[in-house]
Amino acid sequence: MAVDTKKVDEIIAGYEKSEESLLAILQDFQREFNYVPEEGMEKLSELFGVPASKIYAMGTFYKALSLEPTGRHTCKVCTGTACHLKGASNVVDVIGRQLKIRPGETTKDMRFTLQTVNCVGACALAPVVVVDDKDYYEGASPQNILKNLKNYK
Amino acid sequence: MESRKLNSVDEFNEYRAKILNSHKGDYPVIYVCGGTPCLAKGSRAVAEAFRKEIEAQGLECRVELSLKITGCQGFCSKGPVVSFGDDIVYMEVKPKHVPEIIEKTVKRGEIIEALGYKDPATGKKAATFDGIPFYSHQKQLILGDLRKLDPFEIDDYIARGGYASLDRAFSMDPDAIIDTIEASGLRGRGGGGFPAGRKWRSCRNIETETRYVLCNGDEGDPGAFMDRSIMEGNPHAVIEGMIIGARAVGAHKGYAYIRDEYPLAVEAMKKAVVDATALGILGKNILGSGFDFEVKITRGGGAFVCGESSALMRSVEGKVGEPRAKYIRSVEKGLYEQPTVLNNVETWANVPLIINNGVQWYRQTGTDGSPGTKVFSLAGKVENTGLVEVPMGITIRELVEDIGGGVLGGKRFKAVQTGGPSGGCIPQSKMDLPIDFDSLTDAGSMMGSGGIIVMDEETCMVDVAKYFISFLVEESCGKCAPCRDGLPRMLRILTDITEGKGKEGDIEVLEELCDVLSYGALCGLGTSAPNPVLSTIRYFRDEYEAHIRDKRCPGHVCKSFITYRIDADACTGCTLCAKQCPQKCISGEKKQTHVIDQDKCIKCNVCREVCKFDAVRVE
Ligand SMILES: Cc1cc2nc3c(=O)[nH]c(=O)nc-3n(C[C@H](O)[C@H](O)[C@H](O)COP(=O)(O)O)c2cc1C
Ligand code: SF4
Ligand code: FES
Repeated sequence: MAVDTKKVDEIIAGYEKSEESLLAILQDFQREFNYVPEEGMEKLSELFGVPASKIYAMGTFYKALSLEPTGRHTCKVCTGTACHLKGASNVVDVIGRQLKIRPGETTKDMRFTLQTVNCVGACALAPVVVVDDKDYYEGASPQNILKNLKNYK
Repeated sequence: MESRKLNSVDEFNEYRAKILNSHKGDYPVIYVCGGTPCLAKGSRAVAEAFRKEIEAQGLECRVELSLKITGCQGFCSKGPVVSFGDDIVYMEVKPKHVPEIIEKTVKRGEIIEALGYKDPATGKKAATFDGIPFYSHQKQLILGDLRKLDPFEIDDYIARGGYASLDRAFSMDPDAIIDTIEASGLRGRGGGGFPAGRKWRSCRNIETETRYVLCNGDEGDPGAFMDRSIMEGNPHAVIEGMIIGARAVGAHKGYAYIRDEYPLAVEAMKKAVVDATALGILGKNILGSGFDFEVKITRGGGAFVCGESSALMRSVEGKVGEPRAKYIRSVEKGLYEQPTVLNNVETWANVPLIINNGVQWYRQTGTDGSPGTKVFSLAGKVENTGLVEVPMGITIRELVEDIGGGVLGGKRFKAVQTGGPSGGCIPQSKMDLPIDFDSLTDAGSMMGSGGIIVMDEETCMVDVAKYFISFLVEESCGKCAPCRDGLPRMLRILTDITEGKGKEGDIEVLEELCDVLSYGALCGLGTSAPNPVLSTIRYFRDEYEAHIRDKRCPGHVCKSFITYRIDADACTGCTLCAKQCPQKCISGEKKQTHVIDQDKCIKCNVCREVCKFDAVRVE
C-alpha cells in the first residue's frame, strides 16, 4: 500500500529530532495510517541516524503499533478482568465467527479489524465492545452487536 | 479567564479571587456525568436537554457535561448520573425529566426523591450524596473534585483551591518538604506501597546536577481504571504534586508517562501542562519563586511491562521498554542514568493535600501503617460498579457490601481479586480483612494500583488463574528465562486442568514453577506472577482438585465440563433461542419444549443470554 509521504514528513517535522520522540512519531503514524508503514520507519532511520533495525524492534515490541495495515473499522472486545468474568471470551468467539477472523486479524475486505483490549473503563457495561474507539456497546448480547456492526461500512 | 503569566504568589491570589467572583451565580451548577458508561446510557442527550431548557427559560446557569471517558461521578452502573451543587444527585436521568428538574431542583432547590437512588433492601429512595450508601461510606479526598470541575479548565481547579499548596511549598526548605511527606506516611499507590518520602530523600541525597521526577500513568492492570480517571478528571492535581516533588528533590524536568490507549487522559494532561505553563505555574521561575520545572507528556506504547520502573524509563528515552537488572536502583540511576523519582498518578495527587492540610490532618484518615485513602475501581460481579475512594483500613466486607451493594443478582460471594495480574484472590473467610498494603500482602495478594474485582459462585478460580497467566504470557518481554519459559509452562498446565486433562501432581508442579519465578525473574512482572496462581491454590485448592479428579468445574465456567440444557418446566417454546443459536442446534416446535443437540453445541451461551424465562441451564 502506498503511503502519503508528505504526511510522513509532516508528522516527523512536528517533533524534536531526538530519540525521545521516536515512540510518539510511530504512534502518530499508527493513528494516521492505521499501521506503521515501512516508508515511515526508513525515513525516521535516515533522518534520526538510528539504525532501522532498532525502529523495527520498537514496532514489534509495542502493542499499540502494528506493522500490518488494519481495517477501516476496529472492533475492540474488552477482555479486561471484569469483562472476562462476564463472558468476554464468548463475545470474541461470536464476533470472530461472524467476521471469519481471529483477534488481531483484519477481514479480507479491510472493513474490520478485531482486537482484544484491556479494561476500557466501562466495567459497568461489561462485557464491553468498542467500535472505532468511540461507540460503546454492552456485550451481554453479542447478537445485538452483530446487528450494529452492519452499520459500519 | 484571559491567561497571562503570573509573576508572584500575590498575583496568583489576585487571579484566584477574580475567578471566584466571576463564578457566582443564582443557581447551582448542573453536573452531567460524561463518563463512558453514562455517555453510553445517553448522558449527552440529557446535557443537551438541560442546555435547551435553560436557554428557553433564559436562566443564567452553568451546565457541565464533564466529558470524561470514565465514571467520573463514580456510580457508573446507575447512569446517567446528574448532580447539582454539592449535595443533590440523581440517577438514571432521562431528557424527559429535565423540565421538572429545572423547575423544582434548580430553581427552588427542591429534591425530587423519585430520581434518587433506590435502596434495593428497603425500597427507600435517597437523592443526596450523604443519603446514598455508595457515596456515604466513601471518603473522597481525591475524587471529590472530580465531579465538581471541568478538567480542561485550569480556572476551575484554581477556584477550588488548586495550586494553593505551591505558596507553602516554595517557602519551605526542600528537606522540610521531604520531612513532611515522610511524616505523613504517604506510600506509593502504584502497587508496592514504598514510602514516598524515603524515595524522595534518596534521590535528593545524591550529588548531581540533573534529577528527574516521573509520573507513572501506565495503568497496566487489565481490570482497572482509577489512574486514568484521575488524569482525565483532575489532571492539575497530578501536576501540582509533581511540582512539589520536583522542588523537594531538586528536579527541573519531569515526564508523565501515560497509556496511549487513554487518549482523553493524554489530552487532559497535555492541556493541563499548556495551561499551567501559560500562567507561569510551570516553566521558568514558577510564580516568581526562582524555581524552574517543566513537564513533558510521553505516551506509552501499550506494554504492561512498561509500568515497571526501569522499563518505563527506557521507554521514555525512546527505546524498547525492557526492564534491567533489579540491583540498579532507579532513584540513583534512572532516566538517562540520572537520579529519578517515579511515583504513581494517585501518589502525586495526594501530595498537595498533605502540603495544604498538614501531616496531622492527613494521618486522621487511614491506618498507622497506611495513612490516607485509596481509590479503587470496583467491578465484576457486584451491584454497584464504579470508581470509589475509601479510607485505608476499611474491610473488604464494607467495600463489597456497603459501597458495592453486595454481589450482583443476589448470588453468593466467592472472592475478591486485588492487584490485577500481580495480585491474588481473597476468599469469603477473609472478608473482614482490612484493606491496607500490609494486610493484603500477608493474605497473599497485594494492593496493586487499585483494581478490585468481585467474584461470585459462578466464577471458576482455576479459570481466573489461567486468565491472568495468559495475560502475563502475552506481556512478558522475554528477556529472562524464568518468565519467558516458566509462564507458558504454567499456562499449559492450567489450560490442561480446565480442559479436563489435568493430572495428579499438577498443582505441585505449578507451585514449583511459581517458586522459580519469584526468585529467578528479573523484574516485578515475573516475580509477582505467581500471586494469582498461589493465592487461588491456597484458598481454592478444592476447585483445582474438582477439575483434576472429578472432571468437574464447580463454577460451571470451563467449557469441557459443562453442558447446556433446556429446562422443560420453564421453557415456553418461544423459539427465541433456536433463532439466535449460531449453530442452529436447538430444535422444537412453537409452544413446545426446545432441545439442544449436544453434539453440535459450542457452548457459546447465546441461548442462555437470550432466554427470557431463564430456562437454559448450565450443568
Ligand atoms: C510489571 C509491572 C507493572 C507495573 N505497572 C504499574 C502501573 O501500571 N502503574 C503504576 O503506577 N505502577 C506500576 N508498577 C509499579 C512501578 O514499577 C513503580 O513501583 C511505581 O510506579 C512507583 O510509584 P509509587 O511508589 O508511587 O507507587 C508496575 C510494576 C511492575 C513490576
Ligand atoms: S450454547 Fe450456543 S451453541 Fe449451544 S445451544 Fe446455546 S446457543 Fe446453541
Ligand atoms: S474490564 Fe472491560 S471495561 Fe473494565
